[in-house]
Amino acid sequence: MSIGQIIFILVIVVAFSIAIRNFSKIRRNILLGKDEEISGNEGKRWKNVLLIAFGQKKMIKRWIPAVLHLSIYVAFLFTQIELIEIMIDGFFGVHRFFAPYLGGLYTLIISSIEILSFAALVATFIFLARRNLLKIPRFIMPEMGGWPKLDGNLILLGEIALVTGIFMMNGADVVLQKMDPQHYPATGFLPISSVLGPMLFDGLDINIVKAIERIGWWLHLIVVLGFLNYLPISKHLHIFLAFPNVWYSKLTSRGEIENMPEIMNEVKSMMGLIPEQEVDMEAELPEFGAKDIFDLSWKNIMDAYSCTECGRCSAVCPANLTGKKLSPRKILMDIRDRATEVGRNLDTGGLKFVSEEGRAKNEQLTAKNYDDGKNLFDYITREELHACTTCNACVEACPVTINPLEPILKMRRYEVLTESAGPSDWLPMFTSIENSGSVWQVPEDRDKWAKDLLEENQ
Amino acid sequence: MKINTMAEYQSEGKKPEVLFWVGCAGSFDARAQKVTKAFVKILNAAGIDFAILGNEESCTGDPARRAGNEFVFQMTALQNIEVLNMYEVKDIVTACPHCFNTLKNEYPALGGNYNVIHHTSYLNSLLKDGRLTIEGGAFKGKKVTYHDSCYLGRVNGIYEAPRELIAALDAELVEMKRCKTNGLCCGAGGAQMFKEDEPGDKRINIERAEEIISTGAKVVAANCPFCITMLSDGMKAKDKQEDIMVHDLSELIVQAKNL
Ligand code: SF4
Ligand code: SF4
Repeated sequence: MSIGQIIFILVIVVAFSIAIRNFSKIRRNILLGKDEEISGNEGKRWKNVLLIAFGQKKMIKRWIPAVLHLSIYVAFLFTQIELIEIMIDGFFGVHRFFAPYLGGLYTLIISSIEILSFAALVATFIFLARRNLLKIPRFIMPEMGGWPKLDGNLILLGEIALVTGIFMMNGADVVLQKMDPQHYPATGFLPISSVLGPMLFDGLDINIVKAIERIGWWLHLIVVLGFLNYLPISKHLHIFLAFPNVWYSKLTSRGEIENMPEIMNEVKSMMGLIPEQEVDMEAELPEFGAKDIFDLSWKNIMDAYSCTECGRCSAVCPANLTGKKLSPRKILMDIRDRATEVGRNLDTGGLKFVSEEGRAKNEQLTAKNYDDGKNLFDYITREELHACTTCNACVEACPVTINPLEPILKMRRYEVLTESAGPSDWLPMFTSIENSGSVWQVPEDRDKWAKDLLEENQ
Repeated sequence: MKINTMAEYQSEGKKPEVLFWVGCAGSFDARAQKVTKAFVKILNAAGIDFAILGNEESCTGDPARRAGNEFVFQMTALQNIEVLNMYEVKDIVTACPHCFNTLKNEYPALGGNYNVIHHTSYLNSLLKDGRLTIEGGAFKGKKVTYHDSCYLGRVNGIYEAPRELIAALDAELVEMKRCKTNGLCCGAGGAQMFKEDEPGDKRINIERAEEIISTGAKVVAANCPFCITMLSDGMKAKDKQEDIMVHDLSELIVQAKNL
């Protein structure tokens, strides 16, 4: 076994073990949310995954970014075929394993990768310009400073490094095929490298060309492995999570806000519709709605980790458009950041994160007794929650079928039901519905209009 | 003209074809009452046997639920379901997309299953069945723009029925840039109607009013009492209340038919 093979295997093992650890942490963070059974209607779910996740159907509304995004996406998918060969070559210490077996097909595959990579490179530069030079409103909202901005740019730079690696590797290879045909099997004519390679590398010392080929090869591999390990801290996690997230997205009407059976049954028993409920006087007062990520459903948290930070939701949000603080994208980013914070604290096992009761009972830190003195309201202000018109524009706009409205309503429920707080303007409306069955307190009969109309028509 | 309640029908041992759910706005708001009356005039002209609940109707609970007050929602909703089930109501038509959505999509989980239809779809089906005719060219060639309410459009996917009514009026429909799935909210939903706005640059209805003005249409067709209030306020703020009229589709039909 050569030293190259050993390094290769080491790199792969390390990269994959770190990745597996970090991905399982994300899974754990998602499962910090409440259980919610989501199943049924597999046919419709497959269709959604195919059309929306795989086919990017909801991107088409804004066609310029749709085409650019599609070129990077398709190039990325296709490049993975080449990665299989890189794995085999690296592991067994061979070179371009598939080339002699596939012949013309090999040329076709590598040529396609080259053309797609070139398209992706062009798209990458346009994306960089859109993010940094053009003042596109959805990229310059307050939540897009700092890390989110850097994240968006880093990945584009990574893409440039990847494509550079591919062309260095292929370009040098084309030249080496002429210099040392025994070790470098013919790849056939490659649309970019067969032109660029000889132009840049012809006439160089064979060892230098070999080095260039190796640097390109390793660059390609390292960028991909780096990307894999970068995903868990990046909005680019959506390249994996978009699929399950679309699969588990709500299939029932958007118009239905999740029912609360506990409250329904209590009201039913108050109205004498069902037998009186046993009330446990000892039990703690129940908390309704969501105060922290633990009260959201796991799907709400998966939504947050799937968010691409594209801002399509905020760009159509009527509240955001008219200068209110609410930005649905920020709601998702806040939920994700909070889940990540809780996850990180749980990993420390620190007893300072155990709730008072837990400490009294000498418990170890778990998600159940977790208390760091903070909650989601430290991230999302009430002002943001109150501004939502429940118009569903964000739900409609999201390319990966995230529902920003659900957590907003769950937090409103916490505020109103558990804290008895919320905008004071709403109180007269609540009391009026409760006392007189109408949103306004009016002295008249509900059908006064009918009497008026009959009179008018006499 | 006759307007009977469910109780009156029951005392005669009869059942109406459909229950007209009036809603809080349609019952009490001076502007929305006009829509209610217009819709009733059309029902009468088409010879529909309809009933109302009168004082037995309560708020559907939409704003309470969306404000987060599930208790108030459940109380009013369960009470309504009691009444509706007692009368064995099957078909409900309503001129409010919020009532429509809640009755249709939220009452089933509470034990209320009805066939609910929004009045624009209902009027359109009357038109198709020949029970309603829209003659006369009161709107012939006039520029009309249409405002998709969130709860009829994006939430329930009804975009065409109201547009077909505009076509039946012979009017020229000028779409706003943000229409159908992209329609911009009027700003009233999610219980915003009942509170002051959060601080911002402008009110949502002003943003929408500006878009309406830019179409050059002199008439805005709407399908929701809250949108009508919001958009009319927007027109006033822009000093266009004399030039651009905000109407429910049933009012436009009443004008065309001269009822
Ligand atoms: S539903 Fe709320 S958050 Fe979503 S776009 Fe409408 S106002 Fe904004
Ligand atoms: S929620 Fe959806 S639309 Fe909004 S930023 Fe995230 S991915 Fe984009």
